[in-house]
Amino acid sequence: MNPEDSLLPRVPLGTWVDDSFDWLKENVSWLFDAFSAIMNFLVGNLTDLLMMIPALALIPILALIALTLRSWKLAVGTVIGFALVLSMDQWETMVQTMALVLVATVFAVAIAVPLGVLAALNSTVSALVKPIMDFMQTMPAFVYLIPAVTFFSIGVVPGIFATIIFALPPGVRMTELGIRQVDAETVEAGEAFGATRGQILRGIQLPLAVPTIMAGVNQVIMLSLSMAVIAGMVGADGLGKEVVQAISTQDLALGVEAGLAVVILAVFLDRLTAALGNPGDYRTSLLALAQKAIAQRGSAMGAVGPAA
Amino acid sequence: MPAITADGLYKIFGRRPQRGVEALQQGQTRDELRDSGLTAAVIDASFSVDPGEIFVVMGLSGSGKSTLIRMVNGLLPATAGELVIGDDTLSSMNSAQLRAVRRKRISMVFQHFALLPHRTVGENAAYGLEISGMNRSQREAKAAEALEMVGLKGWGGYKPSALSGGMQQRVGLARALAAGTDIMLMDEAFSALDPLIRRDMQDQLVDLQQRLEKTILFITHDLNEAMRLGDRIAMMRDGRIVQVGTSDEILNEPANDYVAKFIQDVDRSRVMTAGSIMERPEKTLGDAQGPRTAHRMLRETHNSWLVVLRRDRTPAGVLWEDHVAEAVRLGHDELPWSVAYEMPVVSHDTPIAELFAASAQYTNPLVVVDDDGKFLGVIPRVTLLTAAGTGHENGNGNGSARSDAAVGPDHAMNGGAR
Repeated sequence: MNPEDSLLPRVPLGTWVDDSFDWLKENVSWLFDAFSAIMNFLVGNLTDLLMMIPALALIPILALIALTLRSWKLAVGTVIGFALVLSMDQWETMVQTMALVLVATVFAVAIAVPLGVLAALNSTVSALVKPIMDFMQTMPAFVYLIPAVTFFSIGVVPGIFATIIFALPPGVRMTELGIRQVDAETVEAGEAFGATRGQILRGIQLPLAVPTIMAGVNQVIMLSLSMAVIAGMVGADGLGKEVVQAISTQDLALGVEAGLAVVILAVFLDRLTAALGNPGDYRTSLLALAQKAIAQRGSAMGAVGPAA
Repeated sequence: MPAITADGLYKIFGRRPQRGVEALQQGQTRDELRDSGLTAAVIDASFSVDPGEIFVVMGLSGSGKSTLIRMVNGLLPATAGELVIGDDTLSSMNSAQLRAVRRKRISMVFQHFALLPHRTVGENAAYGLEISGMNRSQREAKAAEALEMVGLKGWGGYKPSALSGGMQQRVGLARALAAGTDIMLMDEAFSALDPLIRRDMQDQLVDLQQRLEKTILFITHDLNEAMRLGDRIAMMRDGRIVQVGTSDEILNEPANDYVAKFIQDVDRSRVMTAGSIMERPEKTLGDAQGPRTAHRMLRETHNSWLVVLRRDRTPAGVLWEDHVAEAVRLGHDELPWSVAYEMPVVSHDTPIAELFAASAQYTNPLVVVDDDGKFLGVIPRVTLLTAAGTGHENGNGNGSARSDAAVGPDHAMNGGAR
């Protein structure tokens, strides 16, 4: 027995948490069942929908989205990348992963943005939220899988649960940062003209925070994607499962192919969401060209152009 | 009734600011207060602004002027004292009433424009009206009207980022005008603009103010700007208002050394007007009188020239002593008008800087008239040159004493010209 043992008693923190999770499972299992049903429904249907479209039709659609929001270069990259995924026989697993990431992102953003707004407007909320976010982000991601499996057994739901928790913090932080860094004089202008707090939030703070918030959403997506692979360990279908299988069978060929598919999906989603946050940076996107054409037609008619 | 009345305003930042007010009233200084963790931004400020007046609050950074202007529209609540807009006391209002005051009675223009970059110029100009719930077509019409007033007609569809700094501040001005409030607060509104644009904007503001008769509370750290714009100026230092007065009063009777030191740097020739340095001649001649009367007056005043007025007191011309003497010698009854010495007439509100050209062109003293063209006084060359100097001892009071002394060299100059 070490001498320290008598000084500092063993704190059974892990057991307490375990006990409280057991209690949760016994008493609020309806909540977990509801969450489980919703997630299964959403991910399953989204996967089915994406799989219903033939790959050779979906790839041009994705390329068109890339062209609309960013540039022809991303569109070309999209076609080449996804064609490679298809030829590697990883199409179906990639679509499953994409569905999981999209659903997790939607939920994470839906929680993160309002929470970030609250934290930006109220320093008490901010002081409370900050340590919780630190905890969520630094806790090893695998640990979330343990209670997730306890609550939801294996499959896609524990994967999505762990993904949402892990991907949430940057969304909250960037939203708070984005709103706090809006020029104080601009907010003051809103107040000086008699705007209510809600009018200032909707008309000034949120619109001006959009680029930062979108950078947060981009981070949420990236973290979701990295977590979606880990989710393969608890049986969520998709690229993660392939990677796990490759590890357990020492199959380098499968590992490289599944890994490469993750990279391609990650680059596609990253570039796309980056363009969403700063549409002004991409002047050759279809969206920018369309806006320019409308503006030119407007000034040609003399409606908005300066007289001189 | 004044548009804005401030009575004993205090603004103190820190924990339990009320104790700071008591400490200051008991004679503690601002620095002593800082040791107890309180910052006194505004101390015992009292002033009133009349409707249609441009009232300038002038002070260096840290003097509390920005805090003061933010208390006027309630962005910062006063720690103590009363602020009355028309006949409503701000301190007794709840936040909804305060918002109503800001929507209907007070608008504001900001130093760094504070435009919304995601909205067009037109939408920015309409912002105040949108906040108060006016429908789209009405507010767009009003915004377009305001943009036209500030010279930005046709720019409504552009984003602010497409405009230069001066144009952006015009949008800020249009936003305040469109709101249709009687009172406009301008917080260092032109300080971020380069000097030429700033002059333009100042002229435009004075012009707009004369047309629309807004009450304007203008904050600046630039004394030249304060002198150009202000009907009255409040000088602030370390949170206190040290002097309130017209630009002439501040220039000629500075309340303390601080103000005196400040006005050293003022370009007096742009601030002082013809009216403030002119002299009243002891005698003037009526245009029906003859050369003999003129000759007698010249002898009495020891001047080499004499101003002749018509019956309605508008100036008819200037006579020179040698011409008068010649006319008397020849026994003429007509006044000896001379085309060689035409008479330069200037308005009483012409800045001194603009008088030099006229003075260089003519040997005659400048004749100053009021808005109706009636005679007010004269400015001999020497008076003009002394007034443009830096000393502030050449006020109105002792002007006439020096004008006698000025006769000699003035006369010599005339002689040389001939």
